[in-house]
Amino acid sequence: MTKRGQWRIHTLLIIAAAFMVVPFVWQILSSFKTSNEVSSLPPTLFPATPTIEGFETFFGSVPFWAQFAVSAVSLILRVVGQVLVASLAGYAFARLRFPGRNIVFALFLVMLMVPSQLFLLGQFDLMKGLGLLNTLPALAIPGMFSAFGTFLMRQAFITMPKEYEEAARLDGAGTLRVFWSVMLPMARPTVAALAVLTSLYSWNDLLWPLIVTPAGDFRPLPVGLASMQGQFGTDYPALMAGALVCTLPLVIVFLVLQRQFFAGIASSGLKG
Amino acid sequence: MIAPALIGLGALYLWPFISTFVKSFMDVPVFGAGEFTGVDNYTKLLGDEDFWRALGNSALYTGLVLLGVPIAIVLAALIEQAAKGRTIYRVLFFLPVVTLPVAVGMVWRFILNGDFGVLNYLLSLVGLPGEYWVADDRFTIYAFAVVGIWMGLGINLIILGAGLQSIPVELYEASALDGASRVRQFFSVTLPLLSPSVFFVTVLTTISALQMFDLVFVMLGSINNTALDGSKTIVYLFYEAAFVQFKQGYGAAIAIVLLAIIMIATAIQFRLQRRWVNYD
Repeated sequence: MTKRGQWRIHTLLIIAAAFMVVPFVWQILSSFKTSNEVSSLPPTLFPATPTIEGFETFFGSVPFWAQFAVSAVSLILRVVGQVLVASLAGYAFARLRFPGRNIVFALFLVMLMVPSQLFLLGQFDLMKGLGLLNTLPALAIPGMFSAFGTFLMRQAFITMPKEYEEAARLDGAGTLRVFWSVMLPMARPTVAALAVLTSLYSWNDLLWPLIVTPAGDFRPLPVGLASMQGQFGTDYPALMAGALVCTLPLVIVFLVLQRQFFAGIASSGLKG
Repeated sequence: MIAPALIGLGALYLWPFISTFVKSFMDVPVFGAGEFTGVDNYTKLLGDEDFWRALGNSALYTGLVLLGVPIAIVLAALIEQAAKGRTIYRVLFFLPVVTLPVAVGMVWRFILNGDFGVLNYLLSLVGLPGEYWVADDRFTIYAFAVVGIWMGLGINLIILGAGLQSIPVELYEASALDGASRVRQFFSVTLPLLSPSVFFVTVLTTISALQMFDLVFVMLGSINNTALDGSKTIVYLFYEAAFVQFKQGYGAAIAIVLLAIIMIATAIQFRLQRRWVNYD
């Protein structure tokens, strides 16, 4: 393309990218202002006297590390559980013959279409009945199973050449062994996609944690942050500092692993 | 091998689904067993002003967020044509996707604040009047939609970018030989061949927009005024009925109606796709 054409493309893209970035810049700058300064008119761009008051208020009022731990552990449980359960089932649907396979798989597909809100009441009753409200299992367990993950893994296994499996079987490997040592390693890109999407969904989820952590300090970050807004409705520096701190972990992971993130999303095509 | 998945899906998805369906025909008190009331919950919904308003809000929000799809198409095409810096652009556009929706809602609420928000200040610089974008229910849904488009752009760009990369370069070379301009190429080569990805993105955007909850909860969370009453979405209404007012039966009926709406919207999109989506 001509130099001039490239120049035009970059101008348009830079303007659009600025729209994406400005809210973050504003958030960061505001988190270092005093609460008087954020509500003064006209607004200042850079903090007049940079202060970490907002961060102090945030860390003083929210048990950040406890909530961070809740978010992180439930993310790990969800990712490990989802990958194991979905790849086992996906493999079975792709390669094994058993009675009722097609009917059960059709059921999985139907579940894909149903909005998650439809399950919330029953899942809540179940967790409450088992006495699991305000616990890690309540947060993590529903996220460990998904029709989507099973479907994704099935698609990966179904496209793999049968020869590898047959060779392993000739060497005397059983079904589980074939799955674990031969098929699962070959499905690594899809496993990565599933892990990325499960992580995104787990870290950002609000509605389910809101429902199953009704009391106390046991909450993941999004719920903690949302409840902080109730307490400090107008303390914008503290809110911006909190929003920034809660966002950073996943943003850092994303920046480090962006290639895998994009490959994962593009290959699965799901949004969270 | 499918046992874990079957047990999990049975207990956590299939059973809750059935129980929600059953509950939608019941009056479920906070304590004690429920009582069957037939279609009472549904007839009550039909007469509920809040329900119709929430339905309208969700429909308006979804329609507005779909305007983000053409924006994503143009940006994806621009990024593909850029000789350098593609990764940087992708990363920048993707940042909102990896950001907590709660944090996103807070930041935008601050930017859109009617008294000291920076948007109103910028508008005043060019002589336009400021408004209470979030607190005034004439504007709230539009404010949500701007944030919704902003949040979803990154993921749509990735899906559309993957679609663009699968278009053979020879087609562009051939049409360039025939003297087609870039704009002409976009409309007669790119768009038709990209249509399956566009369709996919449209369906996903519709489904997720109909389920929007977080922005209402965060941007109007501690505002107890007409803005919240006037700007609830269907899922927010469901949450409020089932988990704040503890009217489980009524909440269940709302959830079933949401399912019906999503199925109808998806079915319509699949029917319409025959007219514009191009499969080889």
